[in-house]
Amino acid sequence: MPYAGGLVPLRRASVDTDQIIASEWLKRVSRTGYGEGLFGQWREDPSFVLNDPAYAGGSVLVAGPSFGCGSSREHAVWALDDYGFRVVIAPSFADIFRGNAAKVGLLTVVLPEDVVTALQDAAPASATVDLDARTVTCGDVVASFEIDDFTRTRLVEGLDDIGLTLRHEADIAAYEARTAHRAKS
Amino acid sequence: MRTLFEKVWDAHVVRSAPGEPDLLYVDLHLVHEVTSPQAFDGLRLAGRGVRRPDLTLAVEDHNVPTTDGPVTDPVSLAQLEALRKNCAEFGIKLYARGSDGQGIVHVVAPEQGRTQPGMTIVCGDSHTSTHGAFGALAFGIGTTEVEHVLATQTLPVSRPKSMAVEVVGDLADDVTAKDLALAVVAALGTGGGAGHVIEYRGDAVRGLSMEGRMTLCNMSIEAGARAGMVAPDETTYAYLRGRPHAPSGREAEWSSLVTDDGASFDTTVTVDAASVRPFVTWGTNPAQAVPVSGVVPDGDPHALAYMGLTPGTAMRDVAVDAVFVGSCTNARLSDLRAAASVLRGRHVADGVRALVVPGSMLVKAQAEAEGLDVVFRDAGFEWRSAGCSMCLGMNPDVLAPGERCASTSNRNFEGRQGPGGRTHLVSPPVAAATAVLGRFATPADLS
Repeated sequence: MPYAGGLVPLRRASVDTDQIIASEWLKRVSRTGYGEGLFGQWREDPSFVLNDPAYAGGSVLVAGPSFGCGSSREHAVWALDDYGFRVVIAPSFADIFRGNAAKVGLLTVVLPEDVVTALQDAAPASATVDLDARTVTCGDVVASFEIDDFTRTRLVEGLDDIGLTLRHEADIAAYEARTAHRAKS
Repeated sequence: MRTLFEKVWDAHVVRSAPGEPDLLYVDLHLVHEVTSPQAFDGLRLAGRGVRRPDLTLAVEDHNVPTTDGPVTDPVSLAQLEALRKNCAEFGIKLYARGSDGQGIVHVVAPEQGRTQPGMTIVCGDSHTSTHGAFGALAFGIGTTEVEHVLATQTLPVSRPKSMAVEVVGDLADDVTAKDLALAVVAALGTGGGAGHVIEYRGDAVRGLSMEGRMTLCNMSIEAGARAGMVAPDETTYAYLRGRPHAPSGREAEWSSLVTDDGASFDTTVTVDAASVRPFVTWGTNPAQAVPVSGVVPDGDPHALAYMGLTPGTAMRDVAVDAVFVGSCTNARLSDLRAAASVLRGRHVADGVRALVVPGSMLVKAQAEAEGLDVVFRDAGFEWRSAGCSMCLGMNPDVLAPGERCASTSNRNFEGRQGPGGRTHLVSPPVAAATAVLGRFATPADLS
């Protein structure tokens, strides 16, 4: 089932997870309520895109390359999700951020820089993201993206990764038996 | 013909299936107070336990105060108490604040001999790459993955690509592993290492001490790499000998943990050691560095505006308000010695606030046994207890808005050391010289 949401342009490169959610918010012990802290420092600037009513309600963030670099804090994904973003489109992502996003159910889409710019220019128009066709569509812009079946299935079905791994508990036990000679610390 | 990375990876694959990530076994899972509470809650919600508490080690480091006395911030205290409760409930060894073994997770595990060649090590912290200095495959993970490792001692991971960073030639006497790390990050950019595990190679890397190798591997993540590794050698074995948790008699096995002649890397990057100078960052990501002798470049306007810098300004003319010697990058004994050797007989410039935060209580005790605490105090530095401290501003050690800091840490992101704070990454000797002059300086500028 394709997802449609308003585009929100974030025209910055190397947006690090400290910007997405500042360390002050990391003292909490819950998984919810981080949306308020999303891009906290930048939101103090009245001209920041999230303060612009034209983009209110947008749920597809379109950012520059190397999005989510830096700290491994999953709180960055929780903040984007809690704020209402469902998809982040960028020319490239940091590995840990992208892995965290997949676990939480936030879709990350890699598209070429010129397509990303075209989508930023099209904002606040709505874009349609189709996980089956693996396309992003916005007006005249139709772009294909890659996502492996494993990640796609998890996003669509919301599977419990731990439960899946525990189906292979016998393999884990066998590995432990096989390597028991390694003196552990 | 396999690379070091491939050997360690292959030895830990529990299960492999077409179209799926490999299921990788984890030899050592490091846990801290900030990225674990939601993971333990998840276990409880699902009625699951910790599969291998004996392979799990917890520390309190990110938000602990580094001054004496109780934790006064109730939110930080609640997080520390959650970790203590979780460790007690699940039988996990914890180095709590106030214990002799306490400190920054990436300082404590190596110094206790927990970090060993050929291991897989994960932690809910991106600077887990530090442990690759021992020829371990070590990488940061998110909280959902922390829960996965607690429950299963494994992690599904798609196999990264391999990258060789060949450091050619010799490093000059006046540069450190930190300067080499900044050179590598500048060469790759913040995303250049994405999808890769780096192996650092070349005589200059072989010539680094274990602590220098940890500094280098620590900053692999700043180039976007999953992990950084250095093949173990006699330097590694000598470091490990006699450490409380290090096994003996494993050298023959460990010596096979090298990249075979003829094995190929997916990507190779060459760094000229002669180009490495004492560096200082000018911008808001760690790839934005220039020599201390250089000028502010005509770079990203947003970064320049945030940092309050004008292109063309000599870095030596930029004044600082604060100096921080600490973090998992540069708070080991050799780092403290390097800073102290510059400060001996000198004093911090008027108006500069300077603090040194040892990486662990063991480092602190060793430094005090050598009298380094006296050198720092006499020079006008605050001498603190162990923690992450001003590296990320989660404890009371933060910059005020607009304050400029020379920091031996790893990230100069906007607000990293406190909202509005301006961070410049440097080595311990440059931090010390900068503290003395109140402007960016190298030790050579003091003579």
